[in-house]
Amino acid sequence: MSAVLPTPGAEDRRLPLHRRRKLVNAVALVLSLAAMAFGLFWLVWILFETIHLGVTGLSLQLFTESTPAPNVEGGGLANAIVGSLIMVFAATALGTPVGVFAGIYLAEYGQRGWLGSVTRFINDILLSAPSIVIGLFIYAVVVARVKSFSGYAGILALALIVIPVVVRTTENMLQLIPTALREAAFALGAPKWIVIRSVTLKAAMAGVVTGVLLALARIAGETAPLLFTALSNQFFSWNLAEPMANLPVTIYKFAMSPFSNWQQLAWAGVFLITLGVLVLNILARVFFRKRH
Amino acid sequence: MEVTLKGGASAASATPAAPVSSKMSVRNLNFYYGKFHALKNVNLEIAEKKVTAFIGPSGCGKSTLLRVFNRMFELYPEQRAEGEVVMDGDDLIRSKQDVALIRAKIGMVFQKPTPFPMTIYENIAFGVRLFEKMSKAQMDERVELALRKAALWNEVKDKLGQAGTSLSGGQQQRLCIARSIAVRPDVILFDEPCSALDPISTAKIEELIEELKQDYTVAIVTHNMQQAARVSDYTAYMYLGELMEFGETDQIFIKPRRRETEDYITGRFG
Repeated sequence: MSAVLPTPGAEDRRLPLHRRRKLVNAVALVLSLAAMAFGLFWLVWILFETIHLGVTGLSLQLFTESTPAPNVEGGGLANAIVGSLIMVFAATALGTPVGVFAGIYLAEYGQRGWLGSVTRFINDILLSAPSIVIGLFIYAVVVARVKSFSGYAGILALALIVIPVVVRTTENMLQLIPTALREAAFALGAPKWIVIRSVTLKAAMAGVVTGVLLALARIAGETAPLLFTALSNQFFSWNLAEPMANLPVTIYKFAMSPFSNWQQLAWAGVFLITLGVLVLNILARVFFRKRH
Repeated sequence: MEVTLKGGASAASATPAAPVSSKMSVRNLNFYYGKFHALKNVNLEIAEKKVTAFIGPSGCGKSTLLRVFNRMFELYPEQRAEGEVVMDGDDLIRSKQDVALIRAKIGMVFQKPTPFPMTIYENIAFGVRLFEKMSKAQMDERVELALRKAALWNEVKDKLGQAGTSLSGGQQQRLCIARSIAVRPDVILFDEPCSALDPISTAKIEELIEELKQDYTVAIVTHNMQQAARVSDYTAYMYLGELMEFGETDQIFIKPRRRETEDYITGRFG
């Protein structure tokens, strides 16, 4: 052992190494702080602009009146807000079960076979597909055939964006569940479907719900898939078979217009969407935190 | 390897008067993980209402053997068992019985505590509901009985509605034992049940195992030699997939027949 003990003078040889390490540490810290500040700068600016320009347009009318004609006093976004809520929630309701079941298949049944690998690959492609492609796809197979833009088509397009997100999070969350927990349930004599329903899926529930909330936040601001499917509607409508007003397309249309009252409303819409997405993200975090 | 169990119970046994009979017979058992030959021609008897301990260095096949008894290995298609494990006249490996019924008769407690993501009460009721329909009152009774037998009732009786995961590690492990007991098995398998626990919790589990053998046949895998000596009536020493020596625990620890066994027990090897 004595040979390993530091001999006199070892301290002197260590010191330069230690100094160098401290310097590298300081440089790395400064670089990462700078990167963080850079990112935060834009985020705060965006939020500030949104709030600054959006808040002035906030009023009760925004929620009670429909989109106005150009250069007319008053009017709001009621039709767009309601249309967005309907389509976003319907798409989530449609996409979630499909996504959860596919995720269960991938994590619990399809780990080994070729079908699992192929499904996982296709899902990854769908996950990274530009949303405008999905919008055009629904346009080609639904809108062009029915010869009408509709809320239904909008829901379908948004659901197609929800599904791969939910599939991926469900699979990942189920894979995090330790094998021992599954085996413990099997060891009691439980059949596979009960093990999944009552033990694995239950243990992964917080993660799955978080995934659904994040998917919801993602589609809340999607413009491209709605532009080719639900289009927009100047008037308030509950009819899903007709073109349906929604926030993203209304913002797009109004912000590009030369009319100042429309531009004002566009900013108010941007503010509402940002707020909504922010709340959804916070909800997702709180939910995930609470269960873990 | 010939081992007679009918030779009178060992001096350490709590119930010396009871005649010993075999609950499970392992005959010519071979086990494969894909191409890897993990158990080599294992033969032994598990005595009824006794504790049988399996010791040996990591990778010797002791946990594998346990996982053959409740057919846990079937969850993994590349694993395969050949030979016989006869319990109550039925070969478990090729049994026509539903594997769920076999697992109900042979409970298992794992290395790490595995409480299900539900309340303490539901953790116990979960297994019972798989096989029996009963009223709420009957279920309450069953849950209490199982928790009492697992020496956990007094600690949890006022918080049955709390999450199973809210308990301490040692309590969680006793919850898992209670969960197995609630299904009314004949045999309980313990796979290193104390390796994640502190000494006090370990002592409680060991005490519990001692009591459990009055009603159940117990098989335990352990890395802790003292534990094997303390809790078991019979000990099997395994090495590289072979059963090296098997006999009454006193004999194995005091006067092992084989040199390898002695080396392992005294810590000169493994």
